Amino acid sequence: MTTAAPAKTKYEAIIGLETHCQLSTATKIFCNCSTKFGAAPNENVCPICMGMPGVLPVLNQKVLEYAVKAGLALNAEIASYSKFDRKQYFYPDLPKNYQISQYDLPICEHGWLEIELVDEEGNATRKKIGITRLHMEEDAGKLVHAGSDRLSGSTYSLVDFNRTGVPLLEIVSEPDMRSGQEAAEYAQELRRIMRYLGVSDGNMQEGSLRCDVNVSVRPVGQKEFGTKVEIKNMNSFSAIQRAIDYEIERQTAALEAGEKIVQETRLWEEGSQRTVSMRIKEGSSDYRYFPEPDLAPIEVSAEQKQNWKEELPELPAAKRHRYESELGLSAYDARVLTDDRAVAEYFEAAIANGASPKQAANWVMGDITAYLNNEKLSITEIALKPDTLAELISLIEDKTISGKIAKEILPELLTKGGSVKEMVKDKGLISDPAVLESLIDKILAANPKELEQYRNGKTKLLGFFVGQMMKETNGRADPQLTNQLLAKKLQS
Amino acid sequence: MSIDREQVHKVALLARLELTPEEEELFTTQMGSMLDYFQQLSELDVSNVQPTTRAIDVSNITRIDELNPFAEREAILKNAPDQDGDFFKVPQILGSDE
Repeated sequence: MTTAAPAKTKYEAIIGLETHCQLSTATKIFCNCSTKFGAAPNENVCPICMGMPGVLPVLNQKVLEYAVKAGLALNAEIASYSKFDRKQYFYPDLPKNYQISQYDLPICEHGWLEIELVDEEGNATRKKIGITRLHMEEDAGKLVHAGSDRLSGSTYSLVDFNRTGVPLLEIVSEPDMRSGQEAAEYAQELRRIMRYLGVSDGNMQEGSLRCDVNVSVRPVGQKEFGTKVEIKNMNSFSAIQRAIDYEIERQTAALEAGEKIVQETRLWEEGSQRTVSMRIKEGSSDYRYFPEPDLAPIEVSAEQKQNWKEELPELPAAKRHRYESELGLSAYDARVLTDDRAVAEYFEAAIANGASPKQAANWVMGDITAYLNNEKLSITEIALKPDTLAELISLIEDKTISGKIAKEILPELLTKGGSVKEMVKDKGLISDPAVLESLIDKILAANPKELEQYRNGKTKLLGFFVGQMMKETNGRADPQLTNQLLAKKLQS
Repeated sequence: MSIDREQVHKVALLARLELTPEEEELFTTQMGSMLDYFQQLSELDVSNVQPTTRAIDVSNITRIDELNPFAEREAILKNAPDQDGDFFKVPQILGSDE
């Protein structure tokens, strides 16, 4: 009698993200101090953000506009009545001992965004990730721990309040993600949307985009969520993915060993590629939220909402869909071209000027992107304008110039711009059969050995003769016609 | 009694106030009577009144996003018990509430 081994329990991960996005305003959320990154310590502070008695914070209208626009872009409901609250806690990075945030009446709720994962074969899988809420709040200051780079071990700390009061959008997702890859893609799409809107630069190194992740693991089929663990301190999308994948493995191994998962906050350590417990007692916080008495509630009128809605650009997901369905591009190309709004707009301008989408995509994603990466430039900074790219492409298509010539003149176009027609005046394709034939005769006469080998069956040498022709004409020989004429002459 | 000693103890802890047992006892009684006093409000019938978060009926007060740096930052730094160069200096941080 044989006993079947018990089926191994399969586990699935439940992942949710809490993202803080710094808004690209000139001034802080409730005062006229600068939000500029990299200023000298405590240069951008005033009695309001420092919480001096008797001051009156007033909401920056750009913060409201950006929050509503972000909410609209995330398909969320915009609250008709919203307010600010005080979140109380003591920590030296918080001058007022409370943070002005939004608690029970956030500006936006119930949204979603669509992520797209493209596999190695280029197949795209799309998934909607729910957005629970989005609210406005102020950032805290920055602490420098003296004597140690960690809290423990330092004998005192230094406080820089420049970041205090910098406007943030906190965006909380539904626990809809199931892998590190999905979570990293969600964070990237969120950043793409914020950048398209122009409401945040999304720079993770400078802390403009910060993601905290909640991860739990449960046996497949179980309805209840497992105990969740929060992970912090990831400063790149790949770190988000790796931290989550590590954490899923750690929690699964613990469950398989019959251990209990502890609800805690863990830090991602980039050096050792693992998460470590922060060893903080949970449940000791009690924020005692109450309505912020110094700030008036916000009522976004239907008209205002409509006006802001009309100012939204076409968003990355819509562009991806359109590039595939209307322009016939692959999911991969659509994704690459729409990653940066400026690149997408450049590409679209080239098409509007008559370039074929596939050709324009190849030039933008190939030679132009390579040049941008090498020179560390943005696409808006190059001399080659979209209409010139369209001209270049159409000259290749109508065979005025060869692709080789186009590549040859590209560096000059990228750095100096100018008219393609002017540049190729004496670089045009030679497509006069008589001219080509006489050149072929010359080449055949100059290479009798190769000619004999060819005629003895080494037909691969056709390439050699084509190469000689191109060399002779500086790449101007019409490739198709040259091939035809060569083949004929070689066989005669 | 609307508040017990344990709650007073917790509120004191959250507010980082050190209370003696006698003070805890005293405040339990005093805060209890304050809350009882406010309790009178619940006698009113508010079933037809919209809930509000504010006493003043204004909304949408915003300002233009215009830079206006504060000139006397030194004065702010000097307000602190201790500073180190351009930084505020604070004692060793033992734990985190965040």
